[in-house]
Amino acid sequence: MSTWQFMLQSPLTWLFVTLLTFRGMVTLNRRCKGHPLANPIILSNGLIIALLLGTGTSYTTYFAGAQYVHFLLGPATVALAVPLYAQLPRLQKALGPLLIALLIGGTVGIISGIGSGMLFGLDRELLLTLAPRSVTTPIAMGIAEHIGGVPQLASVLVILTGMLACVLTIPLLQRWKWDSDIVLGFSSGIAGHGIGTARAFQISAGAGAFAGLAMGLNGVLTAVLVPLLLWLTRL
Amino acid sequence: MLETLIVLVAYQWFGEMVSHALSLPIPGPVLGMLFLFLTLMTRRGIPHFLGENVPKLMAWLGLLFVPAGVGVIQYLDLLERAFWPLTITLLVALFATHLATAGSLKLLLARHRLRRLRKLGGKA
Repeated sequence: MSTWQFMLQSPLTWLFVTLLTFRGMVTLNRRCKGHPLANPIILSNGLIIALLLGTGTSYTTYFAGAQYVHFLLGPATVALAVPLYAQLPRLQKALGPLLIALLIGGTVGIISGIGSGMLFGLDRELLLTLAPRSVTTPIAMGIAEHIGGVPQLASVLVILTGMLACVLTIPLLQRWKWDSDIVLGFSSGIAGHGIGTARAFQISAGAGAFAGLAMGLNGVLTAVLVPLLLWLTRL
Repeated sequence: MLETLIVLVAYQWFGEMVSHALSLPIPGPVLGMLFLFLTLMTRRGIPHFLGENVPKLMAWLGLLFVPAGVGVIQYLDLLERAFWPLTITLLVALFATHLATAGSLKLLLARHRLRRLRKLGGKA
């Protein structure tokens, strides 16, 4: 095995590629003055996928290195409690409206996925996989498995939804000036889970805090609502 | 930095344990977030090391989604096969969800503020 081939198989290579690519894309994003299309997560994914296809490297080999970054998602989710606590006075003041908006958003999230999927003729397995697409990956995978969807595919749809939220709906809300910390943050956490939350933190710490809150609450709500709605509609 | 990591891992660990013990559909990290939030509420403040390090972690939150995002590579053939129906479905659902949440919250907050103002006005 040549040294080059050896290095392509090494986990360290792919850990390095992940860190370096993302750092480079953050710089590019700053050069583009934070333009939503120059989203560092999307650009990094595109580049790394091209690199894997170009070198004939499998996702398993890639993930052997990238898992060290992936693993930090757990502790980072726990850490969301800190910015949220910093917003406690505003949270207490707006608690009622937030909970009602959560119920509305969570329900629309599930029904809109299944409903438009039906309209566009997707098969049943795909519909069930679409139901939890707005919530954070581990919850979405758990729900999909429970109701007979495909967990791995659920995680892909979750990620695509989060990216689309960064590129389309978050800039739209900003353009409409629906961009107070609470409205922009909370709705981005409901519609775009962790990826929407990461984007909200770039806009402001307050928006990030409310996004993290919404992500957690919507995860719990969706885990309860999806099985209930399926049972009610006998889908 | 070490203290921060220990606290975060400890709460995640505890969250995973509770999630497993009670067979909850909520993952360990989300429960860990809830427990840490409750702890901060009872001690009425953020320890200085968390206040210093967590914002730095949040600034790089996006990086942590890159490995999972590259996982799309495993589904390229399915995404190609069902490209249009899937894309349109994701878009319609995203716009409906995001705009319904933001719109309802905006209206509810405006009504909420108006009520508070009226209450204050009544007292004066």
